Amino acid sequence: MTTAVGTTPQSPPRPPAAPRPKRPGARAWATRAPLLPALVFLVVVTQLPFVATLVISLFDWNSLSPDKRAFNGLGNYASVFTDAALRESVLNTILLTAGVVLTTVVLGLALALLLDRAFFGRGMVRTLLITPFLIVPVSAALLWKHALYNPEYGLLNGTLSGIGELFGDTDPAQPDWIAQMPLLAVVAALVWQWTPFMMLILLAGLQSRPAEVVEAARLDGASAWQTFRYLTLPHLRRYLELGVLLGAVYIVQNFDAVFTITAGGLGTANLPYTIYQTFYQAHEYGLASAAGVVVVIGTIIIATFALRTVSSLFSEEANRA
Amino acid sequence: MPHQQRRRGTRARAFAGTAAMALLATGCAGAGGTAFGGGDALNVLMVNNPQMVQLQKLTAEHFTEETGIKVHFTVLPENDVRDKISQDFSNQAGQYDVGTISNFEVPFFAKNDWLHPLDTYAEQDTAFDQDDILEPLRDSLTAEGRLYAEPFYGESSFLMYRKDVFEAKGLTMPPDPTWQQVAALAARADGAERGMKGICLRGLPGWGELVAPLTTVVNTMGGTWFTEDWEPRLTSPEFKKATRFYVDLVRKHGERGASQSGYAECLNNMTQGKSAMWYDATAGAGSLEAADSPVKGKIGYVPAPVERTRSSGWLYTWAWGIQKASKKSDDAWKFVSWASGKEYEELVGETSGWADVPAGKRASTYDNPAYREAAGAFADVTEQAISRADPKNPGTQPRPVPGIQFVGIPEFTDLGTRVAQEISAAIAGRQSVDTALATSQKLAEQVAKEYR
Repeated sequence: MTTAVGTTPQSPPRPPAAPRPKRPGARAWATRAPLLPALVFLVVVTQLPFVATLVISLFDWNSLSPDKRAFNGLGNYASVFTDAALRESVLNTILLTAGVVLTTVVLGLALALLLDRAFFGRGMVRTLLITPFLIVPVSAALLWKHALYNPEYGLLNGTLSGIGELFGDTDPAQPDWIAQMPLLAVVAALVWQWTPFMMLILLAGLQSRPAEVVEAARLDGASAWQTFRYLTLPHLRRYLELGVLLGAVYIVQNFDAVFTITAGGLGTANLPYTIYQTFYQAHEYGLASAAGVVVVIGTIIIATFALRTVSSLFSEEANRA
Repeated sequence: MPHQQRRRGTRARAFAGTAAMALLATGCAGAGGTAFGGGDALNVLMVNNPQMVQLQKLTAEHFTEETGIKVHFTVLPENDVRDKISQDFSNQAGQYDVGTISNFEVPFFAKNDWLHPLDTYAEQDTAFDQDDILEPLRDSLTAEGRLYAEPFYGESSFLMYRKDVFEAKGLTMPPDPTWQQVAALAARADGAERGMKGICLRGLPGWGELVAPLTTVVNTMGGTWFTEDWEPRLTSPEFKKATRFYVDLVRKHGERGASQSGYAECLNNMTQGKSAMWYDATAGAGSLEAADSPVKGKIGYVPAPVERTRSSGWLYTWAWGIQKASKKSDDAWKFVSWASGKEYEELVGETSGWADVPAGKRASTYDNPAYREAAGAFADVTEQAISRADPKNPGTQPRPVPGIQFVGIPEFTDLGTRVAQEISAAIAGRQSVDTALATSQKLAEQVAKEYR
């Protein structure tokens, strides 16, 4: 991920350090030509549907009454911003994303620091820690809903009654996890799944630390905390940024956890779920497309920052090389 | 409509293009624009209920064997299957030839001309015996004088209870219980066995989940979603009383995790001995009495509890609809006729047991001695519940559109689900019933405006 030395950054925001020699047009096209089919294909399969979505978002179109379809300009966008349910889902999306991203970064950093040391069985532990990230999101959500949270036969309540029995408590507390803390239940499931992702990014960052600098700090008598605070953390800053931005882009789009664990009930519906509901259950194609466009714009804003971070990472790597 | 003409033009071109490519690619004629290919294979989209899953198992060996027609099944959970069918049929995409629709969709699907009328087929197919289909079902699958779907199984709702538990606790279930009696019984049966709750009622958001049983309670307590001239009545005293009754009952004596429990979870609770009573679909009885069920033979069945109406059971049928855009309607009818026919019921009875038969649609099923022997416990109560159901007059006041546990308008899938989310939050104790209904009334008002 971070060792892609020599890849040209996509549209670097700053002018490149060394001005490239200008190539004659014909040669430039000769090198571009083989890429054209791929580019055209990409445009056809990604951009055309998006243009279609843009067009549809300008229509008042409910698929169940196809005869009433009519152009209504920006009316759908007005509804998106004034509809209470949609506003609430924007707030939920922000809470969900921020909660999950911040928690996973902290946990991922802790785990990465532990895994950065050599100890017996490190490879095994690392593999085990990565596993949650490899599980299909919807299965992970099902696992949390039934195997862990279920108040009748879930592991959490089973553990509670097990502990209760140890101390002779015949009627241990058996909370109904999802009903009592719906948003937290979704966040916990996502944190479990995304911590390994953060851990991997930060571990890569830690392992690219120049060893001699750490060695020098140790000889100068810096404590472990000082080394972490003044050497490791500044070095990891870019990796933390990258993790936060990529994580945010992924979590904003998360649908499986909300869909499976709470079915959008109990005030946990996030934007993707609300769009799904608008499109599939209300059959409001226009309104759903408008909401989708709004989400895409929001995501593009986040992704722009992400790409900048990545490209500055690459340029750093390249400079170092 | 210039729009539609243009769309049809592009669709025809796209279809021609796809067909041409398919011809080039496979060299087989007539490959349609489906994602599954297969020259004469039927594409069937159906809900993942046990009866359909069984049909899937039996199809290749029996139907394809006899007719040579291959069938590709796509099986999805109820909410998803509805969404996908609405999408495919409303765009007339023709990806699926046959879909499981219900008496909810038939009226407006037919009005939009998305379904292939079946009366001609049914008349010509004497072996199918259309007159054997129970009358309320025939009526509810007929729109504008034509038949548009054939039932696979029909259901109403009734109350199931553990006879053995009631006996042990000295409780008696009246033959025609009222909701007040049921609430009192639930309180006394609560905790009858370790981890057993008094009753299981759906609390999972969804217009086909929580809203169905709740609406039957609303009907019999004198409430309605809309008056005859489309005034929403979700904050009326009757609607409030019914909702509060339902929410209180499930919070006090209902299953744990109620706000996430639907039909499947309640069936599970009942089978595992976690509930003493269960008010739900009659189709649940088949699963409770299945050969491998631990509660087989321990369940008693009584009609749906009432308050102010004579009966309160719902009417629902999963039925086969053939998409208008389907190129294979003849083959599709052969499949429908086989799946909904008498012979198929015999086949299931002989291969896996009579309790698993997709029942509740034919009068002949209830005259069959083998079926009566297996389903004796619930056969008559089921047939009575279905034949008593009256979608045109389900409550104490005239309704704008037919429907017992739903309001028969396309917007209801969304409205019902959003209202269910509010009430589910009340069941979880996150808001009061009054708040939930006040929000719901506003949602209903938006829908009603379109119809006034």
